Amino acid sequence: MSTNNAAPKKLSIKDNYAMLTRGLGWDTTYQPMDKVFPYDKFEGIKVHDWDKWEDPFRLTMDAYWKYQGEKERKLYAIIDAFQQNNGQFNVTDPRYINALKLFLTGVSPLEYAAHRGFALAGRNFRGAGARIACQMQAIDELRHAQTQVHTISHYNKFFNGFHDFKYMHDRVWYLSVPKSYFEDAMSAGPFEFVTAISFSFEYVLTNLLFMPFMSGAAFNGDMATVTFGFSAQSDESRHMTLGLEVVKFLLEQDPDNVPIIQKWVDKWFWRGYRLLTLVAMMMDYMLPKRIMSWQEAWETYFEKNGGALFHDLERYGIRMPRYHDVAMKEKDRISHEAWGIFYNYTHAAALHTWIPSDDEMKWLGEKYPNTFDKLYRPRLEYWREQQQAGNRFYNNTLPMLCQLCQIPMAFTEPDDPTKICYRESDYLGNKYHFCSDGCKDIFDNEPEKYVQAWLPVHQIYQGNCFEKDADPTAADFNPLAEVMRYYHINVGEDGHEFEDSPDRKNWLRWTGKPSHGGEKTPETGHAEKAT
Amino acid sequence: MADSVFIAFQTNEDSRPIIEAIEADNPHAVINAFPAMVKIDAIGRLVIKRESIEARIGRDFDLRELQLNLISLSGNIDETDDEFILEWKA
Repeated sequence: MSTNNAAPKKLSIKDNYAMLTRGLGWDTTYQPMDKVFPYDKFEGIKVHDWDKWEDPFRLTMDAYWKYQGEKERKLYAIIDAFQQNNGQFNVTDPRYINALKLFLTGVSPLEYAAHRGFALAGRNFRGAGARIACQMQAIDELRHAQTQVHTISHYNKFFNGFHDFKYMHDRVWYLSVPKSYFEDAMSAGPFEFVTAISFSFEYVLTNLLFMPFMSGAAFNGDMATVTFGFSAQSDESRHMTLGLEVVKFLLEQDPDNVPIIQKWVDKWFWRGYRLLTLVAMMMDYMLPKRIMSWQEAWETYFEKNGGALFHDLERYGIRMPRYHDVAMKEKDRISHEAWGIFYNYTHAAALHTWIPSDDEMKWLGEKYPNTFDKLYRPRLEYWREQQQAGNRFYNNTLPMLCQLCQIPMAFTEPDDPTKICYRESDYLGNKYHFCSDGCKDIFDNEPEKYVQAWLPVHQIYQGNCFEKDADPTAADFNPLAEVMRYYHINVGEDGHEFEDSPDRKNWLRWTGKPSHGGEKTPETGHAEKAT
Repeated sequence: MADSVFIAFQTNEDSRPIIEAIEADNPHAVINAFPAMVKIDAIGRLVIKRESIEARIGRDFDLRELQLNLISLSGNIDETDDEFILEWKA
């Protein structure tokens, strides 16, 4: 510390960052470094010089707290205003809330998981620069979880399906898709974790989640979601940058790292892409006012931006992730296939589904000229016909799940959209089933990990998804109703057809506005407007 | 042809002078307005200059303030006290 009274010269951000990440780190002497950092070698990654680590944002702790504090003030001012002005009734129509249910129950718990994951990864890196980046991200992720829980809390006062999101995340079938994805990453080593989450998810794929969805939320009048989304996304830019820096740093440290990183990039691209099926469905079917189709988003954010990224990484010997060509073939199908699954099983979900209106089908036909009118419109029209005749279809048998991504096996062959894709592997005398070559490859590479997967359908059949007082031997035992009780899903409120839902009836009663966003489709069903 | 980098900001009064500065300093950049979001694409390289922003807002500006309204970006970053650069090196 300087003892004279002259103001010290202000450091440049580069010097400031260097002091923080180099000057404050030290090598332990009472215990060997390998004992203090026991988990940064077993994955085979070789790091020779942690000082080569550079965070291009060069964010120091004082600046971090200052800017994060400012973000929080802005965010909560808007959330307060949203609540005070009953902003939930200004969304385009109540169907939109179901996109939010999926996001807030599927993704928000992942924010908390990311908080834990980065705290753990940060502890396990011996480079101070990497530790600080992980520390900031761990705090960011906790902030995201908190802001999203505030939003859940507000929407929960008016709409069904939000009441027990944390409990449901650990049990409900479609929530096991995001949950198992993140737990796969958290139970890997620290280098695989950051390659999975920071690079493959945040850098390569997260734009597909946040940018179209948050812009879509804005377009649909949901300021609370836009606000937490964009506030989270402003941190995301830093996280993405961490992802790219991690990968470049590891690739530059040792040529032996290249094949390991490539394998992780292949794996986590596919894992993330399958997870984004839920987003694809949300964009094409659940936003009453749409901004772009899933296919357009995929072309912009993966094929174009992701293509540029992998082009840049070629100089390190990294190529495009395996099966990106399959993702390209599927881009005009997955949202429709996923909506079909949710339409079938919506009575076992905490969100509603519906048949798109004529206007919406016209839009889908225009956005998907090669597939929609031919493959998916006839099915939707048949379901609508049945529904109007009083036979709304609910599937009462349980679907086969992919052992890896845990999504019901409804995806089709890469080269034949009319044929369901089945793959299988044998391991220790048992057969395991997969939705794709991508998922099968990941299993085959680490079967001892994925045989332990907690698959919701298997668990139901094994009798593990009933409350303690349920009696499967009783004459009137209703297994599906019992599973719903175990899920804390209130039958008749949380799931099933939107047209018959209390959400819709309440909306009509409270707002007097149409439940189809002012489109021409007439109000049908037995909901009545209150006088 | 080189690949594009991009940067996206929330649409608001804080972002407006930043976007104007980017537009002035990067004639090749393409500005795309989306609901609540402005996305700027630029082939090869994009530079954000502290001085250009300061000239528009009439006060000192720390480039790290960009993070307040930043939504996303793509490209390798190089940030100094004076410039924030995004570029592909391939």
